[in-house]
Amino acid sequence: MKLEARNIAVSFGQAAVLRRVDLTVASGEMVGLIGPNGSGKTTLLRVLANLRAPDGGSVTLDKRDLAAVGERELSKKIAYLAQGGDVHWPMRVEALVGLGRLPHRRAFRDQTGSDIAAIERAMNAADVVSLRDRTMTHLSGGERMRVLLARALAVEAALLLADEPVAALDPLHQLRVMEVLRDVARGGTGVIVVLHDLSLAARFCDRLVLIGDGEIIAEGRPADVLTPAHLARAYGVDIVCGVSEGLPFYLPRSVRPSREGTP
Amino acid sequence: MNSTTVSENSVSENRVEPIGYVALLVMLLVAMMAALLASIAIGYAPLDIVAAARDVFHGNDTLSALVLVQLRLPRAVLGALVGFSLGITGAAMQGLLRNPLAEPGITGVTSAASLGAVVVFYFGLAGILPLALPLGGIAGAGLSTLLLYGVAGSGASTMTLILAGVAINSFFGALTTLALNLSPNPYAVSEIIFWLLGSLSDRSLQYVWLVAPMMLAGWLLLLMTGPALDGLSLGEDTATSLGFNLARIRLLLIAGTALAVGSAVAATGSIAFIGLVVPHLLRPLVGHRPSRLLLVSGLGGATLTLLADIIVRLLPVRPELKLGVVTALIGAPFLFHLIWRLRREDR
Repeated sequence: MKLEARNIAVSFGQAAVLRRVDLTVASGEMVGLIGPNGSGKTTLLRVLANLRAPDGGSVTLDKRDLAAVGERELSKKIAYLAQGGDVHWPMRVEALVGLGRLPHRRAFRDQTGSDIAAIERAMNAADVVSLRDRTMTHLSGGERMRVLLARALAVEAALLLADEPVAALDPLHQLRVMEVLRDVARGGTGVIVVLHDLSLAARFCDRLVLIGDGEIIAEGRPADVLTPAHLARAYGVDIVCGVSEGLPFYLPRSVRPSREGTP
Repeated sequence: MNSTTVSENSVSENRVEPIGYVALLVMLLVAMMAALLASIAIGYAPLDIVAAARDVFHGNDTLSALVLVQLRLPRAVLGALVGFSLGITGAAMQGLLRNPLAEPGITGVTSAASLGAVVVFYFGLAGILPLALPLGGIAGAGLSTLLLYGVAGSGASTMTLILAGVAINSFFGALTTLALNLSPNPYAVSEIIFWLLGSLSDRSLQYVWLVAPMMLAGWLLLLMTGPALDGLSLGEDTATSLGFNLARIRLLLIAGTALAVGSAVAATGSIAFIGLVVPHLLRPLVGHRPSRLLLVSGLGGATLTLLADIIVRLLPVRPELKLGVVTALIGAPFLFHLIWRLRREDR
């Protein structure tokens, strides 16, 4: 399965948020979407998930326009993990993960055996089986994110779009969530993940797309995208790059002179 | 609207639901049927229900048969229908807005239906046509729904709908007070005020036949939104990604509310707090799942309304208290309790 965005343009009023953006993800691939705050990453992810229509360009799923695919079919093929992880009622973890099966449910029918099996697989994959009977209000931030990830996995969609799933998580939970996403991609799911942590992006993603000011600055293998020049242009900071014990790392060193004084 | 903090803080459960969903439905159904029978049995005059039912069955126009068919039965059935409508709509609105403080009147339908009935009083139509009052209320509810959609538009966000509902509530409320202000007849004023307080007394079976089909249609529309309300627990973007067309869901909820609550208010006046309190009380019993709360709140609302109406008749106060007054007296302390619980959990 292949999700392709071509020439995407989005504006909020007079302000152009995205300009001529192309992005593709295929089954089994893990693509990292990186860039500074306000660069249009979430907007692009929402366009890809058909949560808003682009002002220009098109998004196709296996060459079919998203609008033509239909809401119901699309909801089974693209799972979306929203930023922030709002949960408005303190449901049990198992019930919450079960919401991922809503696209597969028929009207006025309860869960089927295959729904229950999918929920178990998702809870196992995200390692939340032990939390099954807890309510969301009694979980830590990291546990909550794993449960929400399990909810998205329970859709068993061909594509998973995750918006900043490791923001505000401690290193342990960052690693656990990223490992789950990588395992999901290795299992054949196409994954697009929005990230701010460049080291995690370099380590876990097959391909990176760097966005700055609504345009793609660089795209390709992590090592080719995460160059000092690209990062300086996108973030306006000098970044120290290195490799330690075979793992790449990226640390912001200083604000570049042209960005001094910017808010 | 950021309701997350309110809803999360307002509950402290960390346990599996104490009872299965089907068992809970059965229990509430039994409770509602018991309250319905009690409502038929309890009245100002003693009534042998079995004998009265036998007379009705055999076509004997005895006094007890008339009391049963003309007074007790319409009052009890209408109480159940109205309570069910308020309960299910409260649960649906709380699910849509993801806020435990939402209530059925939030879209403006209650004040609009009230105005419709007030207009009937104002022009003296109630004496000419027996069903003028509920028909006026239904017309008001329909008008407010059209206005809501006219103001907010078909693709309106939830926030726009709330604002439009506030505006409609203010507008129709203002028109009601205008009617009271301009009323040349003090008797009409007192009649209007007493009607607005909400009551189940002196409603004929005709009322039931008029409003029941609309209420049933409203319940069905609301029940259809159940899975989407579950999806909305995770926010609007996630609900959309789960395949729900939120514009369609909002339309179903507004239409369902207009049919169910509009006809309830049209038949009985405004009965406060049932739609707010009942879903809130029963939510922990369904594991906080909005879809499961719908039917459960309907049955709970019917039971509570019937019990409140029984209290009205058992209290040694004559003329009897209005039902809306009793539900408000029960509901307001509940809100104090809610505030107390929120404060305790904030510490």
